[in-house]
Amino acid sequence: MTSSSPTGIGRRVLRKEDERHLHGRGRFIDDLSFPRLLEAAFVRSPIAHGRLRGVAVPEGARGRVFTAAELAAGSVKPITARSTLPGYQVSDYPPLASDTVRFVGEPIAVCLADSRARAEDLAATVEPDLDPLPPLADVATAKASDVRLHGHWNDNLFIHLKREADLSTVASRAAHVVTREFRMARQSMSPMEGKAVLAYWDDQRSQLVVYSSTQVPHMIRSGLAECLGLELAKLRVIAPDVGGGFGYKCNLMPEEVVVAWLALTLRRPVRWIEDRREHLVAGSNCREHHYRMSAYVDARGRLLGLDAEVHVDSGAYSVWPFTACLETGQIIGNLPGPYRMEAYRCHVYGVATNKPPFSPYRGVARPGVAFAMELMIDAIARTVGRDPCDVRRDNLVTGADMPYTNIAGKAFDSGDYPSSLDRVKTMLDHAGFAERRARARAEGRFIGLGFATYTEQAAHGTSVFASWGLPIVPGYDGATVRLAADGTLEVKVGVHSHGQGMETTLAQVASELTGLPIERIVVTHGDTNETPFSTGTYASRSIVMAGGAVSKACEVLVARAKPLAAHLSRSTPGSIRLENGRFVGDGGELGWDAIGEAWYHRPERLPRDAHTGGLEVTEAYKPAVDTGVFSYASHGALVEVDVDTGQVKLLDYAICEDCGTLVNPMVVEGQTIGGAVQGIGTALFEEMPYDRAGQPLASTYADYLLPGAAEMPTIRIEHVETPSPHTRHGIKGVGEGGAIAPPAAILNAVNAALAEFGVEFAETPLTPRRLLAELLPRRRVRRAEPAPVPDVAVVGGGGA
Amino acid sequence: MKAAAFDWHRPTGLEDALGALGAPATRAIGGGQSLGPMLNLRLARADRLVELRRLPELRFAGVEAGVMRIGAAITHAEIEDGAVPDTTRGMLPYVARAIAYRAIRNRGTIGGSLCHADPAADWLNAAFVLGATVRLEGRGDTRRLAVEDFVRGAYATALGAGEVLAAVELPAFGPSMRWGWNKICPKVGEFADAIGAVVVDPSIGHCRVLVGAIEARPVLLSDAAALLAGPGDDPLEACRAAVERAVPGRDPVFVHQHAVALARAIAAMNAHRP
Repeated sequence: MTSSSPTGIGRRVLRKEDERHLHGRGRFIDDLSFPRLLEAAFVRSPIAHGRLRGVAVPEGARGRVFTAAELAAGSVKPITARSTLPGYQVSDYPPLASDTVRFVGEPIAVCLADSRARAEDLAATVEPDLDPLPPLADVATAKASDVRLHGHWNDNLFIHLKREADLSTVASRAAHVVTREFRMARQSMSPMEGKAVLAYWDDQRSQLVVYSSTQVPHMIRSGLAECLGLELAKLRVIAPDVGGGFGYKCNLMPEEVVVAWLALTLRRPVRWIEDRREHLVAGSNCREHHYRMSAYVDARGRLLGLDAEVHVDSGAYSVWPFTACLETGQIIGNLPGPYRMEAYRCHVYGVATNKPPFSPYRGVARPGVAFAMELMIDAIARTVGRDPCDVRRDNLVTGADMPYTNIAGKAFDSGDYPSSLDRVKTMLDHAGFAERRARARAEGRFIGLGFATYTEQAAHGTSVFASWGLPIVPGYDGATVRLAADGTLEVKVGVHSHGQGMETTLAQVASELTGLPIERIVVTHGDTNETPFSTGTYASRSIVMAGGAVSKACEVLVARAKPLAAHLSRSTPGSIRLENGRFVGDGGELGWDAIGEAWYHRPERLPRDAHTGGLEVTEAYKPAVDTGVFSYASHGALVEVDVDTGQVKLLDYAICEDCGTLVNPMVVEGQTIGGAVQGIGTALFEEMPYDRAGQPLASTYADYLLPGAAEMPTIRIEHVETPSPHTRHGIKGVGEGGAIAPPAAILNAVNAALAEFGVEFAETPLTPRRLLAELLPRRRVRRAEPAPVPDVAVVGGGGA
Repeated sequence: MKAAAFDWHRPTGLEDALGALGAPATRAIGGGQSLGPMLNLRLARADRLVELRRLPELRFAGVEAGVMRIGAAITHAEIEDGAVPDTTRGMLPYVARAIAYRAIRNRGTIGGSLCHADPAADWLNAAFVLGATVRLEGRGDTRRLAVEDFVRGAYATALGAGEVLAAVELPAFGPSMRWGWNKICPKVGEFADAIGAVVVDPSIGHCRVLVGAIEARPVLLSDAAALLAGPGDDPLEACRAAVERAVPGRDPVFVHQHAVALARAIAAMNAHRP
């Protein structure tokens, strides 16, 4: 779709935010300076589980070191993320540990000094007195143990979600039952900027001002108000430039509460910058799922039914606002993916362990479920002896099925899933691959093609979140548009943009409606004093929600301007049209500047009955159907496995995606590539291991490997554009999708490349060590010839 | 993490640096690419750091009678870029090019790397296989040590308190010098999981085959000549046996990765046989 406005919807315009970021002129929290600023360092638990008997603070450090005792005296409440889901057990997450520590890195005390280094000097002198308790370092231990992570709990489960189904009918008809286990490693989210908070008391407004590196400033304001017992009007949250979020920066963090309380109490500016080691050790983790699955299929591999038991290592506390339930809820709801089936049974356990809290990360559960489901599709194909693409295609919901409500109740709104798969096959020359593979094999090289198809539920709103009963349920998203006297336009939104390019794309939406070029439009976001309410940026929702709100507000603004334009141009009211950003009537034409000039500076020119709402409009928006719109894509990976080094090289990577109307194709491509890179990290590199005592084994980037530029293939993208019937302009969300499919596509490709060895990998990350450990025993002692082992060995098992 | 406070001393010359290094809790710093992060993580502590990277006495490189001398403060990038002469028929620039990332190569120095003595570091392993000698300067005292005598173990060297590694010296290689180098990294820029290397120069009787990145000093194979002379019809298997003898008691993946690195290094050398 191409707009009439040269900078409107669908145009490949450069991002407005690039100028400052490419010149290093962004303003992040560490760039701010305030007089008398204090820097904070935290004393953290060195053990995973223990009784905190006291904290020894050296003489002379009074007033510079604070513990749970001081917070209690200040009536600071714990972070308590509630959910109304039946059986959910609530955890109180104390900003500073009071009587128990539950993970390595949990904050125990905070130390203040005029520099971070001196604050760390002080922290080194504070000694927590800890009695170790038995560590519940993994899911199996926590489920079996009599020790309770939270004293009042019945067991160590945050939640046990159940979806029952009678599988006997499909079992009786099934030609095969394909059973597998899949495991996705625990990860760190690693945004380029860690969490950061700076708070000070603003005497002029009698407000506590909290600069927070957050995706969700309005929700953080609500959460802080609750923990601090502060009226909302006395609290302003500002998210300036934020260096990536990925879900990590949705969480209200203990350190954030502590810093806000310190600024409120001391009446001095206080800042905490999460450093990389803190992020790796103490920051919330993500992704760790374990699946035990059986698929009931007919002789051609058509899915009849699915039975799954899933465990999530949810860590020690439920994060606010999304709780430990969001991940489990997304698993049970999304596991069937874009496939048709008749019966679906699933149990999901959110297990509490002595690890940092689990937090939803770009893709929220779907990289895990797509990994399990897409590897299962390939396993089914191997079982029935067909090409995985054919089995995948036969099971996909088709364009003719749309709209389609799947077995888990997901209402797919539009699209043609099989065609995206077909296009990726073409992009990677699937038809010519057998020959290419044979040529490579003759040279002693092992190459493979792998595919994955998924849906990305985006902008799911009130009804979905209300069903989980989360602390804050998203509803209407607000936008304010204000025309200035010279005809420039200010747009203010409650979402936050931290890499999504929304200062550009929301301006494009406004440009579409007003005809103004985006150079004359300024988008403001991230300040609760300045912007209308929104729950913020997550769930691939912002371009749908804020985009819709901006569109609606601009529509009202245009309607308000038209009578003024008619009066000023001596035209009949009905004759006014907005063309190329100018109001054209039967009496003449004029621009937005003439409208602004008249309203603000030359009111004598206005009609007597001018709308007193003026040229400032606030509107709120949510789609009529709020269960989400479904973007989708197919990914294809061409890999070469070096069977000597165990290294997997991505030779080619192709994506065909459909996110409805493209507001800016370059931004969609940037989002897709960025997500895919993180997905490649999941597939091949990233792992946050813990030992049996619950000690993290990767506390620097020497041990926690992120994918780098040198490991990246050229990621090729083709677009399909099926507008959503539910949203303004047919827009769907696209922020997360890129991260969902790569682990599945890449592991499928590796398994295809190594099929002759009779090994099937089912665990991330597929490191050279993991690959070689399975491959070496299957190779003949000499050369890289496969050993005659016909049975498929599935790797990645291990009981949960 | 931020480093604990320390003083920074920029010496006027080597003599001044050696004087400053005599004081307690004082450490020398080269490019700071290893010591810097360790100070930040507070794994290393010092009251005073003596900066070596600008000292003219450490910033030279040259060849004399076929012997190449590289000042300790020469950076990886300078070697990569050919800014210093090379008598190794391209081996030093080749090794330099794959050290970490360019940003690190711009500051990291060959002397600093050798003194840090990370067993997976490129220069440490290259120095072993090339048969390098290090020149150590103390107050009024100069020592020359073969790198095998200088490196005592992982992160442990014979560098005395108040001493500075001033230069690295290589044997006088002739036109018959040949080399092969292979390292296996989990990804570009990371420390190696395995290093295999070989340097042969019949004209000076040099024949070294190395198994490195073994969490300890690299091992120079005692039967190097035999391995090179007759690897048989299965070089990988021959290398596997060599690695098992050189580094006993390791798991099959470890042995395999080092055998692959070694076999590839030998193959690379043979592919460039003049």
